[in-house]
Amino acid sequence: MKKKSLLATAAALSLSLVFTGCGVSVPGGEETTTTTAAQADDTTAKAEDTTTAAAATSTGELSGTITMNGSTSMEKVIKALNGAFMAEHPGVTIELNLTGSGTGIQEAMEGKCDIGNSSRALKDEETGLTPTIIGIDGIAIIVNNENKVTDISLENLEKVYAGEITNWSELGGDDKPIVVIGREDGSGTRDGFEGIVMKNSEAKYAQELESTGSVISAVETTAGAIGYASLANVDDTVRALSINGVVPSADTIKDKTYAIQRPFICAVKSDSTNELVKAYLEFALSEKGQEQVKNSGAFPIN
Amino acid sequence: MEDTVKLTGTVSVKKSEAALIKKTSRAVRKNATETVMKIVLFICGITGVASVILITLYMILSGAPAIAKIGIINFLFGDTWYAKKGEFGILPMILTSITGTTGAIIIGVPMGLLTAVFLAETAPKSLRNAVKPAIELLAGIPSVIYGLLGAVLVKPVFYYLEELIYKDDPTHKFTGGANLASAMVVLSIMILPTIINISETAIKAVPEEFREASYGLGATHIQTIFKVVIPAAKSGIASGVVLGVGRAIGEAMAIMLVAGNSANMPALFNSVKFLTTGVVAEFSYSSGLHRQALFGIGLVLFVFIIIINIILNVILKSGRKGTAQ
Repeated sequence: MKKKSLLATAAALSLSLVFTGCGVSVPGGEETTTTTAAQADDTTAKAEDTTTAAAATSTGELSGTITMNGSTSMEKVIKALNGAFMAEHPGVTIELNLTGSGTGIQEAMEGKCDIGNSSRALKDEETGLTPTIIGIDGIAIIVNNENKVTDISLENLEKVYAGEITNWSELGGDDKPIVVIGREDGSGTRDGFEGIVMKNSEAKYAQELESTGSVISAVETTAGAIGYASLANVDDTVRALSINGVVPSADTIKDKTYAIQRPFICAVKSDSTNELVKAYLEFALSEKGQEQVKNSGAFPIN
Repeated sequence: MEDTVKLTGTVSVKKSEAALIKKTSRAVRKNATETVMKIVLFICGITGVASVILITLYMILSGAPAIAKIGIINFLFGDTWYAKKGEFGILPMILTSITGTTGAIIIGVPMGLLTAVFLAETAPKSLRNAVKPAIELLAGIPSVIYGLLGAVLVKPVFYYLEELIYKDDPTHKFTGGANLASAMVVLSIMILPTIINISETAIKAVPEEFREASYGLGATHIQTIFKVVIPAAKSGIASGVVLGVGRAIGEAMAIMLVAGNSANMPALFNSVKFLTTGVVAEFSYSSGLHRQALFGIGLVLFVFIIIINIILNVILKSGRKGTAQ
């Protein structure tokens, strides 16, 4: 008896959950269509009106779940965007996984997640996706705080990574061997770095580490080290070198004088009809969204 | 119980019939419980076996295509791993895994064996009571913690040594202490508990008569340990070593933090990539053939582990034969 009644309650509960689920999501879906259309109109019309449009959206009860997976270097930017988006739309949940650009893109292609975040441009074999550039990242060249070298030319940087320059004394620093640190094969940051810097030669690493944080901490603890990492993630535990005399900063990245930069991409299935995802991307490109991108250390697209 | 009472109430049958119903329903329920439990036990029993079969099939199905595409010779004996250029030779990783494990064994086995001897034979009881739990705890520490400690404590030591040794060698690629030597040290500490625990058990299992006979012939305690007890316990010790090899070759997290992870040929002060770290470090960002090749590495590693298990079984079997004779 007790078991049966328990079962019945459980069944009733799950049923009611299913029904309430439907009750919320069905009208929610309809709402989404209308609000995003309105939002799109507004963004094209006047930039100042975006805020009011967004405010209207929040009363329009956008709801549901967005799943995304991808680049670890985009973590700060995406988390800031997600936080702001969910604050505006309390009914929306965003599930974020950080397993790398490759996985993110693959899962987006397979439909396992709604948005694949990638810190590199899509490859030729990665088809069926529409990429949206939501921000630009500068890759900083970092050295240990004890290092006296402050500037390096793009050519010398290539020579350091190719193993042609092996001692800091050749670059005007102390007599100390250079420990060349980078990311693992397949990493978006490594792809970005090598695509820009290693034009004529192959990079030969002393350490290939599996995350931005590992690179920074390895450079922090290894006196002779040189490494590269997202400018967004670089803090004062290490020092960023200027490249050809250009210090990496928001201004030098925006005006493209800082040479080592790459796009942050949200990839969505080209045939996706998910209005929530559409609303998210529009939010990311809106002034508010770009503000979040800027605040989290990456650079807005305009 | 409540069910049956309710049943009699609603159907309103005679008391004797009610008792009969009660009896049969209890028997049915008892039978049902028996069958259900048997099914549950069966399911639990085959889950393990099914997993092994599934994993084997999966590894072969997902690893073999890449190996076929790259060519088994190119894959196993190619000396360059550069996914971006489509070069997938894992010889450096295979050799690194073998030398790294060998190095760990060379450092770890003598230390582990002597600790086991100390615990089983010479340690005062109070000291034994302190050391034994510490070693058991060592076995339970997550591997990533060994890696962190290795990165903080071992790496700087080898960075210092590297700068001393290769001071005037411009061709040396400086690793900052993230090299094969650091990985060997971390691995050797990681396999200690396995070797100690199994060796100690083996030493303790040596019959007391052996020792008494040895003492009777005038041998000292130490002579007895090294000339009688250890030879008698050798198959147990060997299986401890093989299990240690298994742990060392399968370890990824700890050595990823100290090995440098560049696919170079193994040398003490080279940055190296193990079979395991190759998969772990690159899996998240890989795509296409690169990803399939990582499954290929997994398959090679899987074959390694199977070989180690077969060796272990042979040792255990010969050990059993030895005691039977």
